[in-house]
Amino acid sequence: MSSGENGYSRRVLIVGGGIAGMQAALDIAGSGYEVVLVDKLPSVGGHMHQLSETFPTLDCAQCIMTPRTVDVGRHENIKLHVYSEVEEISGQMGNFRVRIRRKPAYVNWDACTACGACTEKCPQLVPFDFDRHLEMAKEMRTGGVRHVGTGKAIYTLSPQAVPKKPVIDVDHCLWFQKGKCRLCEKVCPVGAIDYEQQEAWFEEEVGAIILATGFELYPLEKLGEYGGGRVPDVIDALAMERLLSASGPTAGVMRRPSDGKEPREVVWIQCAGSRDPELAMPYCSKVCCMYSAKQAMLYKHKVHDGQAIVFYIDIRSAGKRYEEFIQRAMEEDQVLYIRGKPSKVFREGDKVMVWGADTLTGQPVEVAADLVVISPAMIASPGTQRLAEMLGLEVDAYGWWAEHESNMAPLETSRPGVFLAGAGTGPKDIPEAVSQGSGAAGKVLSLLARWKGPDED
Amino acid sequence: MRATYFPGCTLNTTGKGFDNAVRASASAVGLELIEVPDWNCCGATYPLIIDNILELAAPAHVLVAAQTQGRILTTACTTCYNVLKRTNEFIRKHPDERDRLNTFIEAEYQGEVNVKDILHLLRDDIGFESIQSHVQKPLTDLKVACYYGCMVLRPPAEVGYDDPDHPTSLDDLMAALGATPIDFPHKNECCGAYLAVKAPDVTRDMVYTILRSAQAAGAEAIATNCPLCQFNLDKQQAEMRKIHAGYRPVPVFYFSQLMGLALGLDVREYGWDQHYIDARPLLAARNLWQGEAMVEGATQ
Repeated sequence: MSSGENGYSRRVLIVGGGIAGMQAALDIAGSGYEVVLVDKLPSVGGHMHQLSETFPTLDCAQCIMTPRTVDVGRHENIKLHVYSEVEEISGQMGNFRVRIRRKPAYVNWDACTACGACTEKCPQLVPFDFDRHLEMAKEMRTGGVRHVGTGKAIYTLSPQAVPKKPVIDVDHCLWFQKGKCRLCEKVCPVGAIDYEQQEAWFEEEVGAIILATGFELYPLEKLGEYGGGRVPDVIDALAMERLLSASGPTAGVMRRPSDGKEPREVVWIQCAGSRDPELAMPYCSKVCCMYSAKQAMLYKHKVHDGQAIVFYIDIRSAGKRYEEFIQRAMEEDQVLYIRGKPSKVFREGDKVMVWGADTLTGQPVEVAADLVVISPAMIASPGTQRLAEMLGLEVDAYGWWAEHESNMAPLETSRPGVFLAGAGTGPKDIPEAVSQGSGAAGKVLSLLARWKGPDED
Repeated sequence: MRATYFPGCTLNTTGKGFDNAVRASASAVGLELIEVPDWNCCGATYPLIIDNILELAAPAHVLVAAQTQGRILTTACTTCYNVLKRTNEFIRKHPDERDRLNTFIEAEYQGEVNVKDILHLLRDDIGFESIQSHVQKPLTDLKVACYYGCMVLRPPAEVGYDDPDHPTSLDDLMAALGATPIDFPHKNECCGAYLAVKAPDVTRDMVYTILRSAQAAGAEAIATNCPLCQFNLDKQQAEMRKIHAGYRPVPVFYFSQLMGLALGLDVREYGWDQHYIDARPLLAARNLWQGEAMVEGATQ
């Protein structure tokens, strides 16, 4: 039932395979309609895939997400285009024509059995996007704690990746850079490695579109007062998620990047680039208060006698069982909360100095920390603007999708048949993104239900 | 190239050595400086209340005087730069206040002059590569921490030509002169400025933080482009010896002194006697100071 009697396609394009896009895809596919799901990464899951645990339940993120990714991966109504970008959209509601470019993986995925031989044998350890470029000290890397198959020049995103097919990072691959090695080709038992692979183009016809393009983090390089990305033990919150995660570069063992030592004193800094109309983003990024409490808690669960300090402007814990969660961090896990935004973070010897003020006592505070975790502003995904131009849609002053009406039509755009879900419209936590995914699916389904299929009257 | 030059009061008095070194070094690298005729004090602080434009009269008068000589106005005093640059921007952006100001100082100035800090001019208009080609006596092995202070960095939207959190222009100049620039986290920290008058102990502690950090990073000397910073960093060290046992003072150079040395100029009038921490022993230890013998061999 892909095409309606009135000539409308009842297939749906979803851009972005994060938790919102996956939820929308599963709801629509489960109702019997075909979904085309596009993601720029080699696997679905989005940022949730990177998280260690989730607030306020401390569920393992990968564990609660895996049923979704697996369902998306094997659903008969979901056509996956991973490692792909939407390059062109024409037409209108009912008849969108979409051109999709698949980046070369240099691996023939149809032949690949995901045995993992290539990623295991690849000699090139690389700073890894998915791990936020955490370059762990050498002793950590050779200590055998890094998961095989990640952080190599041929890699999959994680042991739980869906699809779990490898791609070659040409910027770091010895063959592409220096013309030698080809070890992955030698060890592949099915001859799937294809160094000559080209990008591939696909055309899809769809009747409706859901944009679930998500977010990125404001780059540390733009936060000069916090070291501008030059201090190895100043990391962003997603990097901390990777450090805490069992699938991360240290297999969840608490270590810091510079020397691989266990950090005894860890500082979290809130509102870095958020609530900062003068220099960065004026808005609140909404999730940082909660995840920093969670991270501080998880840190304390790993390093019982460690010191966790959170610098905050004020704590925004509006959500079901959220405030209780913060109280638990303070009371049960003895996370120290200091009200004040640090002015400067810099390296001194093997410490990271944090200069701030406790604005409740009016005293300056100096902390000699081992690790500093920055909560940078959430910003719109870098491809949002390009997609907006393609579709003739608006983004707001900060690059987020502009809702048709933020109060009464938060999932709709100014174009019929094009809907929004997830953090692409602004900072959102997981339950909100999932709700929006289902909400946008509902919007689409109410259209599809009105469009008649070929076998219907 | 030619630029109009505003010495300012400090460089005309206590910072005369700085001024001499700037003029000689500029000339040696092909930058002709023409002094603003009949100049007056820049006002010394940029007023933070903008409805009282009378405080802008002094810097505006300097801009008007500079206009007679050319479009580019430069100064080596960071405070003068900050005041003149911001006044000029204000005049450009506020037509009503501009008219009132012009009426008051009997001028028709519209903000035509382009105010550039001399370091900015040397970096972008002369070029450090070009300066490097003029170096006669490279400052080899001199480990120097560059200290910028606040005035050329903040507010970045109005005066900035370098990264306010991690400036590098002075470091790049020192590297061009053959020295080894030492990066350290407090190169943009406040030196205490005029608190040296009202609360010298506060200034002393701020300066100590800066110098200790530079020394910990391996610096044996400081180079700065700010005369007030130079004064504070230099003078406060006498106190530090009394308070912090084992404190080892470091000389604090004006960047132009090191520039003149590296360019092989006659450095006798660079105000070496004015330093609280004598810089000459270090230069001698690095074979950069050879007394009169060196001066006689100078190219200028």
